[in-house]
Amino acid sequence: MSTAGPPFISVRNLHKQIGDQQILRGINLTIREGENLVIIGGSGTGKSVFLKLVMGLIPATSGSIIVDNTEITTLNERQLGPHRRKIGMLFQDGALFDSLTVAENVAFPLRESGMKDSPDMHSRIHEVLAAVGLADHGHKLPAALSGGMRKRAALARAVVSRPRCIFYDEPTAGLDPIVSDSIDRLIRRTQLHYRCTSVVVTHDMRSVRSVADRVVYFREGLIHFEGSPDQLFSSTDPLVRQFVEGHCDEDE
Amino acid sequence: MSTFLSWLGGLVLRFVSYFGALAVLTGELTYSLFRSRIRWAEVGRQLVSIGFGSQIQVIVTGAATGAVFAAQVYYKFNQLGLDSLVGGIVALAMCRELGPVLTALMLAGRIGATMAAEIGTMKVTEQVDALRSLGVHPVDYLVAPRFIAMLFSVPLLIGESIRFGIAAARLMAVGAYNVPEAFYNDQLYKNVDHIDVIFGMTKGLAYGYIIVIMACHQGLTVRQGAVGVGRGTTAAVFYTSMAILIANFFLSLLLNYIWPIAAT
Repeated sequence: MSTAGPPFISVRNLHKQIGDQQILRGINLTIREGENLVIIGGSGTGKSVFLKLVMGLIPATSGSIIVDNTEITTLNERQLGPHRRKIGMLFQDGALFDSLTVAENVAFPLRESGMKDSPDMHSRIHEVLAAVGLADHGHKLPAALSGGMRKRAALARAVVSRPRCIFYDEPTAGLDPIVSDSIDRLIRRTQLHYRCTSVVVTHDMRSVRSVADRVVYFREGLIHFEGSPDQLFSSTDPLVRQFVEGHCDEDE
Repeated sequence: MSTFLSWLGGLVLRFVSYFGALAVLTGELTYSLFRSRIRWAEVGRQLVSIGFGSQIQVIVTGAATGAVFAAQVYYKFNQLGLDSLVGGIVALAMCRELGPVLTALMLAGRIGATMAAEIGTMKVTEQVDALRSLGVHPVDYLVAPRFIAMLFSVPLLIGESIRFGIAAARLMAVGAYNVPEAFYNDQLYKNVDHIDVIFGMTKGLAYGYIIVIMACHQGLTVRQGAVGVGRGTTAAVFYTSMAILIANFFLSLLLNYIWPIAAT
């Protein structure tokens, strides 16, 4: 397990309303540098919305989000650019750019940060693709990849510019258990190799066991549980137990 | 009555909000063009797609319009004994109205739909969010290169369409209807000069702006998955076509004031 440092992300009284629906109802959470935080919760409880709020991809209804000592809720789209480059994000379906090959997708953040085509850049791309097991697939278009390969390629794109923090939005959703396990190992390896902070949103309890330093359980737009994986799995709270064991109420 | 007023009010609000959104996008585009880095590789890709990709469409549109218009005009002018005027009239119409408008409408269908569908698909598959998460403003990467490529392409495509229209009209009049070539040429050069071609190409700049702004706006505001992409694409073609026709009226008035038709 990693050693957590000073706060990197600090969220206070965060609310998000979309239409009539109150998604987040006052989240307070601090994420420390170097830690692996896993966010769990039922569908529609605002886990992915939380990641997008911290990335500044959607505006908060109210509350404060401080990333690396900068309050981001007051920044406009163009001011958010440099802030976003501190965080890499792995989207649920990878969100690779269709018109670019895998290698071009991975090169994209480097080119956008002003890096010129050079042997250095190519070796960095190759190194990252090799780390996710896609060294021989750089020339392929995303459409030619399987779901697991797409996620690994997206992970390569997320880490290539060496961000200080990586958000993983359901990285193992829709993957078979073996591929899921390989993704979990990759997340752990990435964290150790690049010494970055990780925030993983998942429903997968196996991922929680293998990835988390700390777990947060979102329920009805609030944090219902916060603790270590051991505390989560030994919790006597009926709602936590129900989620962890995956039972549904008879009347539901 | 109150239902009608509330419907009318809603319509006005939607109208104002839509044009407000287009104005904001135009502002962002202006910022991108003058303050951000231009992605020339992306501009090149768009130039190929817009310029080379539209060749057949533009040539067929120009040639067919010129040929059909020449045939129609010939029948009437022949009755009046004005056969030799066919070339001048067709060329003038091709330069000032038919070439620019028909080419722009064809481009609105092909390019407008492509832009709206491409960007819309990127939006619903979170690729636009991925761009933003990498610190790239979507307007810088998606709209500005398309706009620059359109700005270069549309006037040239209109010029090409005009050229093929005039050539097809000559083929019809001189080749098929035996209008004496010398008279035909004489009237053509008397009635049309380079200002008329510039007139048409200038319209192309405005149409290029309309197609890019409206199609990209539809793409960037797509919601509800594949259905939304379909709706956005249809709306892009419909709105851009309507806007081109309406803009053409005002542009014709304005440009006729600046560059009036030369007296023969």
